[in-house]
Amino acid sequence: MNAPNYDKPLPDITALTRPFWDGLREHRLVLQACARCHTVRHYPRPVCDRCYSMESVWVTGSGRGTLHSWTVNHHPFHFAFKRESPFITSTVDLAEGVRMQAPLRDADASQLELGMPVELVFEDMTPELTLPAFRLA
Amino acid sequence: MSIRDQACVTGIGETKYTRETTRTQAELTFEAALAAIADAGLEPKDIDGVVPYVMGGVIAEDFITNFGLPDLRYSALTPMGGASSVAALQNAALAVAGGLANHVLITLGRGALSTGRITDRIGQMPQFRVVGEFEMPMGTVAPAQFYAPMARRHMELYGTTSEQLGEIAVTFRKHALLHDNAMMQKPMTLADHQASRMIADPLRLYDCCLESAGAAAVVISRADRARDLRQPPVYIGGVAEGHPDSPSTITQRPDICRIGLAKAAPKAFAMAGVTHQDIDVAEIYDCFTYIVLCQLEDMGFCAKGEGGAFVQGGRIALGGELPVNTHGGLLSQAHIAGMNHIVELTRQLRGQAGARQVANAEVGLVTGYGDLGDGSIAILHR
Ligand SMILES: [Zn+2]
Repeated sequence: MNAPNYDKPLPDITALTRPFWDGLREHRLVLQACARCHTVRHYPRPVCDRCYSMESVWVTGSGRGTLHSWTVNHHPFHFAFKRESPFITSTVDLAEGVRMQAPLRDADASQLELGMPVELVFEDMTPELTLPAFRLA
Repeated sequence: MSIRDQACVTGIGETKYTRETTRTQAELTFEAALAAIADAGLEPKDIDGVVPYVMGGVIAEDFITNFGLPDLRYSALTPMGGASSVAALQNAALAVAGGLANHVLITLGRGALSTGRITDRIGQMPQFRVVGEFEMPMGTVAPAQFYAPMARRHMELYGTTSEQLGEIAVTFRKHALLHDNAMMQKPMTLADHQASRMIADPLRLYDCCLESAGAAAVVISRADRARDLRQPPVYIGGVAEGHPDSPSTITQRPDICRIGLAKAAPKAFAMAGVTHQDIDVAEIYDCFTYIVLCQLEDMGFCAKGEGGAFVQGGRIALGGELPVNTHGGLLSQAHIAGMNHIVELTRQLRGQAGARQVANAEVGLVTGYGDLGDGSIAILHR
């Protein structure tokens, strides 16, 4: 991925996971699902753990979910996140039955509760890279 | 065939634990290994099995070369991060019980300068690739950040408090003060814990383990070969490993407050034929305070959600009902990825723990925890 001025860690995208990242760039949440039993799975992987099919399809997710947990990152651990620290990272149960971790924007950590509704937003980082984030819905 | 009591810890060895070192991981590992072999009353040529630490950069062939081993006939790796050392006990016990080897050496060394920081090492582990792709780009790059949402959810569901996590840190510090090979020699109060800076909420600085350099090693011998060695044998009564659902990412786990140890613990207790009431001392992997609390629950010392109350009131301190991490653990002795926990449990069961000796310790357990949720457990007895 070509991003000369971008200093955060880049995802190491594979052929298996590329549709997810392509979807984000088009501001769509695209999730992998089993072609046989239709179980949605995340993160992408080669085999369905329900029916063992190796055939998969990609479906568009709603971007709606609820708060499963969160943390407030005070110590950034990576220099590129220092300028936005402290920042909240949320773990979200998506309506499609899978879970996803992404920053939670514009929220007050002291007001958060498990199960709060959230929605996905798209953050364009470089022309090639869009990352997911959540906001309280 | 059960492997219960077929294998014994017969030798233990450690280097001095420090924050930094100029010595290599190999030098430290060999020093601890030679100490363990000598402690058992063996010669290096007696070692015929080796299970080195998978991240250690020291392989079985290095022991043949440096120790002149004439007949190394068993070697293996147990790639489970911080659960590797205790999982290696299972591996070595199987090897000696099956007659493949008589004396298996298990080693773990880390030379801080030569092997990099914990955060760097995580990037090298293949099972973290999904984390690298889907979580690190958004800022979740270090263990404290992986584990914090587990602890946060536990607090929200069960009312667990930062003070309860603090009690774990303070207790282990108290124990470390009784050990001359513990890195932390300054007392810590609950107020100190509460005043320590937030790293990844709810984990404060004093909820996080140390970065250390050093090495530890143990020798596992077939029971019939152990009886006439130098030290009283410490038997491996029960041992097991367990992997959580969604082993490589905490995020994807159906229950993020439940780890692989929940599957392993009942198997180890059943194999050893003991109950929780029989455990005199426990050395529990403590990369973070919360992980200790979680393991106490997942082993069944209390119900899920009751770990916070369980650790209060001195119950896990020396003199309490279940003394935990009598050496100070990874939080206050040194981060030797759990090998130091096995060394300490062996000392306790031999009655060689000095000022921190648990009176009449006969049965104890040691756990390993690593790779974001793998668990291992051994129940040892004298
Ligand atoms: Zn399927």
